[in-house]
Amino acid sequence: MRLLTDRLAARLSRGRRGRYAGVVVLMLGLLVTGGAYAVLSPAQASDEAADQSTVDQGRALFLVGCASCHGKNGEGVTLQNGNQYGPPLAGVGAAAVDFQVGTGRMPMARPGVQAPKKDVLYSEEEISALAAYVASLGPGPAIPESDAYDPLAIPEEDREEAIVRGGEFFRTNCTACHNFAASGGALPGGKYAPSLRGVSDKHIYEAMLTGPQQMPVFSDEVLKSEEKRDIIAYLNSIEDAPRYGGGNMGAFGPVSEGLFAWLVGIGACVGFAVWIASSSTRSKKGTQS
Amino acid sequence: MSHDEIARRDGDHAEEPIVNPGMHEHQPRPTDIDDVAGRRAERQVATFFGLSSVMAILFCVAYFTFDIGDEPDLFLGYGASNIFLGLTLGLALLFIGIGAIQWARKLMSDVEISEARHPSRSSDEDRDIALSALNQGIADSAIGRRPLIRNSLLGALGALGLPAIVALRDLGPLPGTALEQTVWRKGMRVVNDVSGTPIKAEQMEIGQLVNAEPGIFFAVDEEGEPVVEGVELQQEKAKAAVILVKMRPEDITPYPNRENWGVEGVLCYSKICTHVGCPISLWEQQTHHLLCPCHQSTFDLADNGKVIFGPAARALPQLPLMVDDEGYLVAQSDFPEPVGPSYWERG
Ligand code: FES
Repeated sequence: MRLLTDRLAARLSRGRRGRYAGVVVLMLGLLVTGGAYAVLSPAQASDEAADQSTVDQGRALFLVGCASCHGKNGEGVTLQNGNQYGPPLAGVGAAAVDFQVGTGRMPMARPGVQAPKKDVLYSEEEISALAAYVASLGPGPAIPESDAYDPLAIPEEDREEAIVRGGEFFRTNCTACHNFAASGGALPGGKYAPSLRGVSDKHIYEAMLTGPQQMPVFSDEVLKSEEKRDIIAYLNSIEDAPRYGGGNMGAFGPVSEGLFAWLVGIGACVGFAVWIASSSTRSKKGTQS
Repeated sequence: MSHDEIARRDGDHAEEPIVNPGMHEHQPRPTDIDDVAGRRAERQVATFFGLSSVMAILFCVAYFTFDIGDEPDLFLGYGASNIFLGLTLGLALLFIGIGAIQWARKLMSDVEISEARHPSRSSDEDRDIALSALNQGIADSAIGRRPLIRNSLLGALGALGLPAIVALRDLGPLPGTALEQTVWRKGMRVVNDVSGTPIKAEQMEIGQLVNAEPGIFFAVDEEGEPVVEGVELQQEKAKAAVILVKMRPEDITPYPNRENWGVEGVLCYSKICTHVGCPISLWEQQTHHLLCPCHQSTFDLADNGKVIFGPAARALPQLPLMVDDEGYLVAQSDFPEPVGPSYWERG
């Protein structure tokens, strides 16, 4: 490997872009190592279904992928200045793990104000092993059954009504951060509420249940399980609804619409003004004749 | 008054610092001298006007063809009716505009002309005439000599303002104490907005937010009619909406007189921003900050609702909480201070 990269580096440095060769090689090296890790690490997974062995398997994965921030036993890591590096995990429950790892937010690629959604690094089976391990640390919300979150579980004749009710709950509880059309919005300090479009029913349910990152918790006792499902039914209905009024430009309201008006609308007006005021061609013939 | 006359009249004072160079020599356009080009331009203009009429007709066709309502016709996933009505009407107007401008640029006469402006001051003669007419009027009406008439007229005009003021009162009753009070009372339950279910402190998790309302909004009388409804409901809701948040008790730093205002880490705050009254529930559970989306005022709910950023001038009012016999969260009293934006009498 070392030999190969050296040779490659030597080759590249002879080339026109010699100055960047080192960087390119470094990136390649990192990519290969990272890729190999991602591909090879699932090899540690075992197929055993028995509870204890799932928890053990989860712990093994945890030690490799999570412990550096959350501590070896999920007790959390607190920095000297009192800030939390990784929060303690006892009591967050399997639902939190399923959400965070299942949407690729965890493991974080680097520390930052917010863990962004990205490619999922673990297989289904590994995620449930990790969830089983974290659930064993302390009681917390479990991964919901599909009936709890799937709007199709609502009897056909009640669905319309559920969507209307869900809309009311959504507008009361969610739109402050996630925007009226669920397209997300900005929070202070570089944080943001993500768009809810294209997020799976299960993950939306788990997010309400566990309150990931800055999002508040909406526990089942206060916002009932069926009410959460109504919200999901509503979200699905607005996602499928045709856009009667034409393009919604991301449904960000005045931001994107204003930008469009300024660039395209005023741009077109300026274009016309230039055309109107430009002097038309003159004929030499006239002066000569 | 023609150009020449003005020039003659103002001849003396209108000394120009720079000699007027006059017009350029006029250069004709191809369309002025070439009949073929002229006819081509004429056809272009007529084409635009013609296209405009076609669009106007297509508008009518689109209006009657496309279905709207529950099962609308779609075009590329958009409502076809909207798209085509907008496109055809827009293009119809645009084509008239383009045609008119092409007409002006190519065919209408474009010989340069200049027209000097009148001076804005009237002539001394005119001014004298106006002034003497005014003085004559004052003298003839004897308004200066008979002050009784003048004063009673002024009084009558002033009194005419009174009917207006009295009628304006009909715009609504004076607010009285309505700005200082909400429907919250001692023992009133804090219930979930929309569903109206009462809430216990232990049902909430750390980091939980509940958008809540006073229980009376969901109460019904013996006949099953809501106790508060209609306009009154909207008005009261606008003041009484609250949020409940649960934080780790050790994170909360209450003022000494507010130590018993929370229940197991659950605090209740007004949902109405103290800046200009937007409803706020954008709460970051880790920082305990509540952000108003309207102008970014930020309140620290772990620290008595203090303003930590933005234009709001007052802390967010807090509703003191306790539990009733059944363990549900209820108010200890109304808000101890007016909710919402400042107003004159509050200073
Ligand atoms: S209304 Fe809240 S900041 Fe202006």
